[in-house]
Amino acid sequence: MLDNTEQKKNAGDLIPLQSLGKKGSSPAAGVKKDDTRPDYQGKIHNLQKDMIGRYYDHLTAAAEGKGGKSVYMMISGNPVELIQAFDMIPVYPEVNALQLAVKKQSLPLILKAEEMGYSTDNCAYVKADVGMYFSGCKTPFATIPQPDLILCNYVGCNVYLQWFEHLAQYSGRPIYNLDIPFSRSESGEPSEADMSYVVKQLEEVIEVCERLTGKKLDYKKLQRIVALSGETGDLWSEIKKLTRQRPAPFDAYFDSVTMMAPLYCLRGTEDGLRFFQEAYKEMKQRADRQEGPLPEEKFRFVIEGPPPWPFLRAFRDMFSRWGAVAVASTYSTVGGLWEFGFRHDPLRPLESIASHMLQWNLTNRNFLHRYQQIKDYVEQWNADALVIHSVKSCRLFSAGQGDMREYFAKELNVPTLLIESDLEDPRYFSEAQLRNRVDAFFESLEHRKLMAAK
Amino acid sequence: MIYAAGVDVGSTQTKAIVLNEDHKIVARCLINTGANVSQAAERAFREAVASAGITPEQVAYVVGTGYGRYKVNFGNAQITEISCHARGANFLFPKTRTVIDMGGQDAKGIRVGEEGDVQDFVMNDKCAAGTGRFLSNAAETLGLSLDKIGPISLNAKKPVRLSTVCAVFVESDIMSYLAEGKTVPDILGGVHSAIAARTVALVRRVGIEPEVTFTGGVTRNTGMVKALEEKLQLAVNVCEDSHYIGAIGAALFALERATAGVTEIKDVDLQAGTAKPQVVLPTSSTVPTAH
Repeated sequence: MLDNTEQKKNAGDLIPLQSLGKKGSSPAAGVKKDDTRPDYQGKIHNLQKDMIGRYYDHLTAAAEGKGGKSVYMMISGNPVELIQAFDMIPVYPEVNALQLAVKKQSLPLILKAEEMGYSTDNCAYVKADVGMYFSGCKTPFATIPQPDLILCNYVGCNVYLQWFEHLAQYSGRPIYNLDIPFSRSESGEPSEADMSYVVKQLEEVIEVCERLTGKKLDYKKLQRIVALSGETGDLWSEIKKLTRQRPAPFDAYFDSVTMMAPLYCLRGTEDGLRFFQEAYKEMKQRADRQEGPLPEEKFRFVIEGPPPWPFLRAFRDMFSRWGAVAVASTYSTVGGLWEFGFRHDPLRPLESIASHMLQWNLTNRNFLHRYQQIKDYVEQWNADALVIHSVKSCRLFSAGQGDMREYFAKELNVPTLLIESDLEDPRYFSEAQLRNRVDAFFESLEHRKLMAAK
Repeated sequence: MIYAAGVDVGSTQTKAIVLNEDHKIVARCLINTGANVSQAAERAFREAVASAGITPEQVAYVVGTGYGRYKVNFGNAQITEISCHARGANFLFPKTRTVIDMGGQDAKGIRVGEEGDVQDFVMNDKCAAGTGRFLSNAAETLGLSLDKIGPISLNAKKPVRLSTVCAVFVESDIMSYLAEGKTVPDILGGVHSAIAARTVALVRRVGIEPEVTFTGGVTRNTGMVKALEEKLQLAVNVCEDSHYIGAIGAALFALERATAGVTEIKDVDLQAGTAKPQVVLPTSSTVPTAH
């Protein structure tokens, strides 16, 4: 199997016939190396680095006993607004895990967890985080503080429940598991009973936080924070709708990542809102100037599944070289489905947090809702194709993607590609295999376009 | 006369085909890929060109395909073997709607349009079950050469049921059947039938429509052709050149580019529309001269 490094390494060996009349008609032609950088390179790129850098400095300060209390949380549909109201710091083990993967530090940590007995099939986020926990909690970006509270919200992922329970056991710190009923109605709308069940639990979380901090909840402060989240949601939703334009002003998968970090780590803060004001301004200007992330937008695709973090650049390049831009991604809705209408509401803070958890995040939805979301993207964002990136170590959300492929390819006649690697574990990324499938897929799309033009 | 070539660098074998402008195959070459992929690609190309009685300079366009396509350093373009198999199958059997390809490490199913275009495809992932490697492991365990096992499997009276389709664990399965006193033909019958069942299940994901064309190295195995036909309840297209179908497809793409403007373009790469016939010039003294 040839991987890229081998190609580069061997590029100079025995090529007596090299470049014979080379026309450069491989798909990479015309795409400069810099166009395939894995992160968004506009002005907000630096703003994001500054803000997230400060967020991590807070974590390090907390770890050194110089900061506030820290609460471990998961991303999907979380009640971070409550935590902010008590001036506690949210810590996201999954964000830490993915940062470790981006920095190519995940494998030794995964192996450490496997030595402890975690299975090879276990979620690699869990393993990288547990490996990091038992390696002194030091990472290249921050020292991760011990939790003062472990607050897990069960929105579709039962593995996370166990992950957080393990962390509670390892750290000996208190845990509260929010039990969020899975979406069961046809419309996705939760029942009144579901709503009051979750609101009741949020009230218990408030009591837990009050005991922990020795402070009473300032309800007006909570409303202000929820209002900030609401405004942030307005902007994020508008940003996401900009990619309906042709060309899309940014890549809704690879560039959305830049905006997802502030959305999760800074939501409900003035900084978070400011970031999204700047981001909207910048993206709107790009859209008005008809600027896209690539020199030419040849294909528009929707993508399902998280990226392979350890190989973000190589993965992006597989699409960029074909002039393919993601115009929408389901992954960017793990945190919430703002572009489909969700808003935090300062007049009903607890209820809107509850509806965020119950209804308005990707992971608490059933497959039919997930199909509908992708169908909406394909139709309203004018996509040519669907790409499904299946995650080897996440059976929970990858199971069923074969049926998803069938549904889109056969019933809706949307060209669909299903590929597999992993979001955290570099051992599952086979570059030659992935490239082969992606190349073949875009070759067939190009052929279709050519036939259609005739 | 304009010539074009396709070089299919597979995980196990490398195939090269030279076509002339009348779409006639004027040369074939088949060699083992080995460890040095670019060398294999070049050798196959040169041997094919030599047997065509022409010089490398006379080849106007070269398309590389297969896993090692990026190692076809002297080629003008790279196209995946998925597109090339569809195109090659359409050339040899124009009514092809489904391609089943079994190579050294790959098994794939391709739904093919009337133009030889890829409408959908599936491939095995991270597992060699259902590939040529499974068969060669089985042959090795039984101490037989690869070309023998197909014909022997045709003599199976009561094919065994393998408990695994894993290319690694097939060995222990075979050993235990031998210990039970099962005959070699019955064991090989079971091996072929297990692989056929797995491959057909894979290909069903894109939908199987006749005609079905079988491509890749495993087409040489008569036992596998029969096992596939039994599972499909359909005849499959196979011919002498089935092994070369990927290289033939690549050569067809190359010929289209070389003769762009002369014949109709059915290309997968829009940029190729501008390609004009061109002479491939050697850059090294190691290129053999015309003979």
